[in-house]
Amino acid sequence: MAAVQETIDRVRSIDVDQYKYGFITDIESEKAPKGLNEDIIRFISAKKNEPEWMLEWRLEAYRRWLTMTEPTWARVEYPKIDFNDIYYYAAPKSAPGPKSLDEVDPELLRTYEKLGIPLREQEILAGVEPKSRVAVDAVFDSVSVVTTFKEELKKAGVIFCSISEALREHPELVRKYIGSVVPVTDNFYATLNSAVFTDGSFVYVPEGVRCPMELSTYFRINEKNTGQFERTLIIAEKGAYVSYLEGCTAPQRDENQLHAAVVELIALDDAEIKYSTVQNWFPGDKEGKGGIYNFVTKRGDCRGKNSKISWTQVETGSAITWKYPSCILRGDNSRGEFYSIAVSNGYQQIDSGTKMIHLGKNTSSRIISKGISAGKSQNTYRGLVSAHRKASNARNFTQCDSLLIGQDCGAHTVPYIESKNATAVFEHEATTSKISDDQMFYCQQRGLSDEEAVALIVNGFVKDVIQQLPMEFAVEAQKLISISLEGSVG
Amino acid sequence: MLEIKNLHARIAEDGTEILRGIDLVVKPGEVHAIMGPNGSGKSTLSYILAGKDDYEVTEGDIVYNGQSLLDLAPDERAAAGVFLAFQYPIEIPGVATMTFLKTALNAQRKARGEDELSTPEFMKRVKEKSAELQITMDMLKRPLNVGFSGGEKKRAEILQMALLQPSLCVLDETDSGLDIDALKVVSDGVNRLRGPDRSFVVITHYQRLLDHIVPDVVHVLSKGRIVKTGGPELALELEQKGYADFVDAAA
Repeated sequence: MAAVQETIDRVRSIDVDQYKYGFITDIESEKAPKGLNEDIIRFISAKKNEPEWMLEWRLEAYRRWLTMTEPTWARVEYPKIDFNDIYYYAAPKSAPGPKSLDEVDPELLRTYEKLGIPLREQEILAGVEPKSRVAVDAVFDSVSVVTTFKEELKKAGVIFCSISEALREHPELVRKYIGSVVPVTDNFYATLNSAVFTDGSFVYVPEGVRCPMELSTYFRINEKNTGQFERTLIIAEKGAYVSYLEGCTAPQRDENQLHAAVVELIALDDAEIKYSTVQNWFPGDKEGKGGIYNFVTKRGDCRGKNSKISWTQVETGSAITWKYPSCILRGDNSRGEFYSIAVSNGYQQIDSGTKMIHLGKNTSSRIISKGISAGKSQNTYRGLVSAHRKASNARNFTQCDSLLIGQDCGAHTVPYIESKNATAVFEHEATTSKISDDQMFYCQQRGLSDEEAVALIVNGFVKDVIQQLPMEFAVEAQKLISISLEGSVG
Repeated sequence: MLEIKNLHARIAEDGTEILRGIDLVVKPGEVHAIMGPNGSGKSTLSYILAGKDDYEVTEGDIVYNGQSLLDLAPDERAAAGVFLAFQYPIEIPGVATMTFLKTALNAQRKARGEDELSTPEFMKRVKEKSAELQITMDMLKRPLNVGFSGGEKKRAEILQMALLQPSLCVLDETDSGLDIDALKVVSDGVNRLRGPDRSFVVITHYQRLLDHIVPDVVHVLSKGRIVKTGGPELALELEQKGYADFVDAAA
């Protein structure tokens, strides 16, 4: 109830079409020369003091990538990307690697303060109960600038650091797991990422440990013409539990910028990983100019029996979103979940969904997708549910709901279902609705303004998914959705 | 006080004329019933009072407490005290009835420059009014009107009316879809709200609602005009003779 009121207050207090994270941090940065070749990859690898095998891995990916072509099957349209017109590495000069907070450039601290991200450990997220703390890894362009609560997490045995640091400090763990869920050759963007990834988070939760706090990574693109190639790897050992959240913003710029991430999750026997995303990259302006191209490969491997991986995403930003957080249900009795709210407004294009690959016995999955389209946007749900021959008793429930606001937007649902096992039971439900004039009039008759009415109806529509978010972020997500739909009525 | 002056209105989309010169004055504390056959313009009148933009007023005015309602948006009319109990209440999926009540009440209070109600005070009021209408807490947790029975929907409308405390209540065929018991609960709810400062416009097909909510004045609407006005006895006469005589008179 409070959240609804808060949403309304927020909607009231802001101007139409304000992307409030659109500011630029004026900070000197060090960049690799523009363009992509083997030297650039060597440069990145050297910058990060990586082990030799990592460089080889990257180069192999790069050579492979050169033979690949961009996928065109998604329902998104954009001019051809010139991959040689991008900077692949940019780092604030003063912050070559993670260090203690005292050494971090004050300008960067101010940036995160402005974004509402608490980096000082005594601070807490605005509006959150004093007791709940969140460890943050802050990635600025190509580098992680700081990771908080590391010491405390270490006591519990949890490793939480940037992937660059993990490559130096825990190379054996990285080597064992990187590319084991999303192979180097997986797809065009994943292969590109494997060649040029710059930073991201690494989480390792040892056997039987329940991670004592929420972990989160906050990605910020600041530099012009720079791509961000994030690589995140999360491993939950037997019986471990971790909840992780990522957030993303970028300045308002006229040109399009590329964000091509790879996220790999590995859950061993009885482990559980909950991964939440609040994606708010710059979506482009009112005319559809600028904005982030968000081409992301996220996949979780329920490798152990009784393991569970749950993806929750709130996607409101980016000019183009191409993203399918998936679960490979390898372990017997494993479970995959995908909860998604995808909001598109203006000229945004979203092609997003999930894949649930049932391999083990008695595996189950659940997909709840809520798409909201407004303005001139196009919003596609694309999902695959498949059962392997040996996946006896596989179960899936899918629910895809689309809500249209206005006349010029589109909602599309493209489900693929493949079952090679006769005992599998897959259910699919889909609805498309509009915020009807009657609903609007009814709410207005009770005293709600246009925007209050839309906020209320949309909140009702996304409720099932919002409930899946960690509480600290549910209110934030609700606000974000309302803001994204600003100016969509009338 | 509500004054409807020579009101002409048509459907915005195709220009079909529905109201052809309605004159009506409803004083504070009065209950006016508007009866008439299907297609006479009863529901249209209620929508126009509330400001639905499917209709276009081509002539005349609606003045409420000295202010023309035609210049006000639906939410502004609501804040000014106009309440419409819908014939077919609209479903709002995912929004708990309780949430809706609080959002609406606070939106109106805000629009009037009043403070929001504290949660305990709000709960107190909801509990009291709900009990009178035999509405359970369980029902208030369900999404508004979604899966509600006909009776539940109408009781929820009256609950909103009781909470929002409007000064002009327009009831559009509130009796439709109600069995005798539900009709009694709903009518009692309406009667409890009757008072010297509150006016009612009760739109109905049937006399039976007026047995419970006894009007001060009864109007017969036909082809977009009021063709006869009388006391409560007029409703009884209609019940016996049907609308045919009046419809012919208007032709």
